[in-house]
Amino acid sequence: MTKNKRLDGRKFDELREMEAKVGVVKRADGSAMFRIGKTKAIAAVYGPRALHPTFMRNPKAGLLRCNYNMMSFSTGERVRPGPSRRSKEISLVTENSLNPVLDLKEFPNTVVDVFIEMTQADAGTRCAGITAAAMALADAGLIMKDLVSSISVGKVGKDIVVDLDKEEEDFEGGATDLPIAMTPRDGNITLLQMDGEISKDELVKAIELGKEACMKIFELQKKALKENYK
Amino acid sequence: MINTKEQIMTLLNKEARLDNRKLDEYRKPITIETNVSPKAEGSAKVTIGETIVVAGVKMDVGTPYSDNPDQGNLMVNAELLPLSSPDFESGPPSIGSIELARVVDRGIRESKCIDLQKLCIKKEEKVWNIFLDIYPLNNAGNLFDAAALAALAALKDAKIPEYDEKKERVEYGKKTKKNVPLAKIPISCTILKIGDKLIVDPTDEEEKFMDARLTVATLDNGEICALQKGGKASLSLEDIKSMVDIALKKNKELNKLL
Amino acid sequence: MALLIEEKTIVVPGEEIAEGMDFLPAKGTYRQDDKIIASQLGLVNVNGRLIKIIPLNGRYIPKAGDTVIGKVVNIGLNGWTINIGYAYDANLTLKEGTTDFVERNEDFTKYYDFDDIVVAKILNVNRAKFMDLTTKGPGLRKLRGGRIINVTPSKVPRVIGKQGSMITLVKDATQCRITVGQNGVVWIQGEPEQEVKVVEAIRMIDEKAHIEGLTDEMKKFLDVKNDKVLEVKNDKE
Repeated sequence: MTKNKRLDGRKFDELREMEAKVGVVKRADGSAMFRIGKTKAIAAVYGPRALHPTFMRNPKAGLLRCNYNMMSFSTGERVRPGPSRRSKEISLVTENSLNPVLDLKEFPNTVVDVFIEMTQADAGTRCAGITAAAMALADAGLIMKDLVSSISVGKVGKDIVVDLDKEEEDFEGGATDLPIAMTPRDGNITLLQMDGEISKDELVKAIELGKEACMKIFELQKKALKENYK
Repeated sequence: MINTKEQIMTLLNKEARLDNRKLDEYRKPITIETNVSPKAEGSAKVTIGETIVVAGVKMDVGTPYSDNPDQGNLMVNAELLPLSSPDFESGPPSIGSIELARVVDRGIRESKCIDLQKLCIKKEEKVWNIFLDIYPLNNAGNLFDAAALAALAALKDAKIPEYDEKKERVEYGKKTKKNVPLAKIPISCTILKIGDKLIVDPTDEEEKFMDARLTVATLDNGEICALQKGGKASLSLEDIKSMVDIALKKNKELNKLL
Repeated sequence: MALLIEEKTIVVPGEEIAEGMDFLPAKGTYRQDDKIIASQLGLVNVNGRLIKIIPLNGRYIPKAGDTVIGKVVNIGLNGWTINIGYAYDANLTLKEGTTDFVERNEDFTKYYDFDDIVVAKILNVNRAKFMDLTTKGPGLRKLRGGRIINVTPSKVPRVIGKQGSMITLVKDATQCRITVGQNGVVWIQGEPEQEVKVVEAIRMIDEKAHIEGLTDEMKKFLDVKNDKVLEVKNDKE
């Protein structure tokens, strides 16, 4: 990679082209689509609704339950249908990234289900899913103290970059992938994972770059939510 | 909250439906968009009213089955995503998903829609396998017909990827100009029986009161290539004749969209 | 001390609406330091010092005193279970279902049976959201025939209109009986073509509730569709 240019010509702090739309699944209580480059996620929210099995019910508040899935044809090589260890883990970290903003005390014993489907996958899928899910939750009229915006940051070769695509993730010279999610108001991090090698200074730099990117994504989320009602 | 069966029957007895359609009328618009998922070899999104279904084709190379050594293979899979309806649950493929996949499969397979022999690379050794995956994105009723249309549109859109014979590897992302060889176009039409009335293209609300249904796949020459009766009630021979007539009539209408 | 966002603007969770300790956060907002922040997607509404959000979407949250339309989903030993569109169903005891004296072991399905649609009032909702209903009271009854549609619960006030003005407009133009539940369930009964018109009219309100000029648009919509009705009226004069 040459100075300030990446494999696809983007600058280090440049995001791929993005698209956001709200209200795409009419039967759901809230829904949204978020696309970044060739990665596209659809999220739908159902709830608060009855929670089965009963032992999972919390008499003091509703429960958030996320499910992440990739469509078989979303990737180069076909993905076998059904949950995998990877998709179950992503469902868990997605839940943990959204829980901090939700207030479900009004709905004891219920569940708010969030379903995320990747219709296209080109790296950054869990981040796209979380970004779509946050819009879907707001669209469903739930009480949230903030939205959540998510992006991947990382290191490709020696450079700290934002929004890695598949080519960069697979870069032969080594790549470190750091998906993060943030609440825009206070800048706090609700998702943090890392694959690769990084120094502490690089980590801080990466997170700061990620926060800036998240603010750009937040503007898009706001716009999509408001435009749905014009 | 949905209407009661009594309310729906009262309307049907006046030849009326909740959304003012005729009993044998499809919702408008029916839209078909192809190449909605670029990494798939072929893909399509179909909408009938508010129902949305996407289908995608993936291909790989494998050894043929011993009883058909010169033929490629087709595998159809469907998943009733809980994302698309409050009535679908997470978990292993439901019987609804399995029935949907197998009914769409039958329409394609029995009509000899895909010329499987043209998918043979080397007899007894290498053939192309086609995987067709179907996912509803919003279930507002009549997934059978929307899924069948999406499947056909995805197959029509599909281009065979490059195959590196030396490395014995499929080069995904590099499409040849060769289409998946399609010989015939089967069109699926599902007719619902509620009480003694027959309706076409049911909404999700109408489906809740189904007594029986018949999915009929037909070709444009008037041949029937697949049938599936569903529901707990029975169908008389008269019912079946009427339903097949409706399906044949609708074949032209739906075929034009592809 | 200022409103940072104009009234009737759409805000998303996390957006700052006002600054200063003079304002008080009501439904759909919260205070952080000296700022009032939106916690729900909806329209900003200011009433004196209170700032609240009128939600654009969301399921029904049951409240004591609400009149709702529900469906009988189960029949127990001492009453009925009614679905009113919340995650869990509400209870209607025998005592609150009828003023008649019901003998022990009497079959009380003659009052309400499976799938019956009823207009009921919520007597009580406790913290765990257990709900008690009553059908004893003016206007509370079983609904027969017709059809039901669903609207967003937060739009119900707009469907009804100031002192019932909007719903009366629709009723008069279509000659349909219409009952609107606070839970967003609307019951309509009339000639099939008129019922369809009511459905279209109410869907229009649901979609455009937050947009100015809705009443005029509604008048236009109903008049256009009722040319024939107006002609008949003129003939009589």
